[in-house]
Amino acid sequence: MSTRVFEKWYREDRLPHIFCTGCGNGTVMNCAIKAVDTMQWEIDDTIFISGIGCSSRAPGYITTDSLHTTHGRALTFATGVKMANPDLNVVVFTGDGDLSAIGGNHFIHACRRNIDMTVICMNNMIYGMTGGQGSPCTPVGKISTTTPYGATEPTFDLAGLAVAAGANHVARWTSYHTKELTKAIETGLSTEGLSFIEAMVQCPTAYGRRNKLRTVTDMVEWMRTHSILLQKARRMEAEGKSIPEDFFTVGEFIHRQRPAMGVKR
Amino acid sequence: MQGNRACCEGALAAGCNFFGGYPITPSTEIAELMALKLPKTGGTFIQMEDELASMGSIIGASWTGARAMTATSGPGFSLMMENIGYAVMTETPCVVVNIQRGGPSTGQPTMSAQGDMMQCRFGSHGDMATIAVVPSTVQEMYELTAKAFNLADRFRVPTFVMSDETIGHMREKIVIPEKIDIVPRKPLEEGKLPFEADEDGVPGFAQFGSGHRVHVTGLTHDERGYPDTTDPDVHEKLVKRLYNKVESKRHEIADYDAVNTDAETVFITYGPCARTVRQVLHDHPNEEIGHLNLRIVWPFPEDTMKLFPNAKTFIVPELNLGQMVREVARHTTGEKVVSMPKIGGHIHTPDELYRAVEAEK
Repeated sequence: MSTRVFEKWYREDRLPHIFCTGCGNGTVMNCAIKAVDTMQWEIDDTIFISGIGCSSRAPGYITTDSLHTTHGRALTFATGVKMANPDLNVVVFTGDGDLSAIGGNHFIHACRRNIDMTVICMNNMIYGMTGGQGSPCTPVGKISTTTPYGATEPTFDLAGLAVAAGANHVARWTSYHTKELTKAIETGLSTEGLSFIEAMVQCPTAYGRRNKLRTVTDMVEWMRTHSILLQKARRMEAEGKSIPEDFFTVGEFIHRQRPAMGVKR
Repeated sequence: MQGNRACCEGALAAGCNFFGGYPITPSTEIAELMALKLPKTGGTFIQMEDELASMGSIIGASWTGARAMTATSGPGFSLMMENIGYAVMTETPCVVVNIQRGGPSTGQPTMSAQGDMMQCRFGSHGDMATIAVVPSTVQEMYELTAKAFNLADRFRVPTFVMSDETIGHMREKIVIPEKIDIVPRKPLEEGKLPFEADEDGVPGFAQFGSGHRVHVTGLTHDERGYPDTTDPDVHEKLVKRLYNKVESKRHEIADYDAVNTDAETVFITYGPCARTVRQVLHDHPNEEIGHLNLRIVWPFPEDTMKLFPNAKTFIVPELNLGQMVREVARHTTGEKVVSMPKIGGHIHTPDELYRAVEAEK
């Protein structure tokens, strides 16, 4: 069986990649490429854009035109590309720190404008590239190099933020749920307006190592067992049942047709 | 016509078709007019959420081939610094207009200043070279804004229109040229790598969507555009090329007026201070006072000072505590340099400047 699928989308001369052994980013990249390929988008009409961080290295391994920009600002560059030439397909890779800390303002405004692009956030709950500092998505109590006694700040619900800010399509899955993730991205690519896909990913090197999830499988297993379907969570809520604090919801948060900007002419 | 309007008209004449900006006094009229005019010419206006975003948007637009511009003033200019460095590193042509006001910080939003002259040259981190034009009249605002687009495209470098509140809000009669020369950026030739420079140090442009499949990164990169952040040679070669492609052409880029070149006392100006000097020369026609007005200050054209072979004193009036005067001083060959700083929002009076001439007698 060949494992070299969607080969034409990757820059082989850029290998080896910088992702650590067991990193979840490659899985998300593959899901995204599979979705793009399913859409039958042309390589020369597709632009991948990113900010700074592990996730943001992804466009550098993809064959298309790509912009690896400044920390937190990917969406501003993407806005310029898409508004100047709506005929291009735009996909943004970002991470939890890039998107919600330094880039938080650009995130909500891109959702509000509802520009026709797909934003995929690889949320590893940590600043991985720089060695594991806490991010706005590091869960309370978890250890990072800047939260050595456990994180104390409440986290951002990125999907919830995107819904509130106006994105047309919002979903959250994990690197364990590859089929669902791929489908969600594909729906995002085919939805006019801004689609936000949050992909929870394992970071065994910078996060798991300090938080009793030392192996890759430990972290993937944690995501499997701690994710709860949105419908089930809503049902439980209606029934007055409480959802454990360290659980997170997965599924499609919204799919709607608010007026969009930068749609193909 | 108002100076800020002349800026828009010059940009549109030069083919500007993308404006991403955030309103800020005293540059706001530029955003307002672009919002009014660009949609009618098939261009795109977008009001971004801040100046970090404005700068990002014009860089993104530029990679699709757009002639892209933003306009701001001091506080916004400070926010743009990060992505200005990105534009330098990725060789993205773009025009940034700074209608300067009094600083630091929020300072004097409605008053004139030239306090950002060093910031446009050294404000973003790392070694770099950029281009800055400075108009002293509304006519020059029109012409130099248009010229800025050609310079940005030719050198693939962010180009600044470093004007100020005085010129931005001044109304003067201007003559709109019948035609503005538009020199588009040269495209990447087949067989060349996307960041492989031609003889002039500037690579051909691999526009997004044109099939070149270019990877653009602010990291140190090789000629393919691929990151290579630990090889000292790759970094040195890249940054020196980015620097030299502009600095080595500074005499060719130079744009200036030199009046009374036999004079012993010479004013060196840029922007609104030139107006006061012109008044002094008008009021004292027999005094043989020299005047060098620079319309492009970065890269600094030090050879223009040699146009005054008899010069004994260079007087440099500026609307700051003395910024470009240091650039003048480091290129003198024995001449005395007199700094005439002025801050607070008003330009020098002719009397103030003439007294400085008399002091040199």
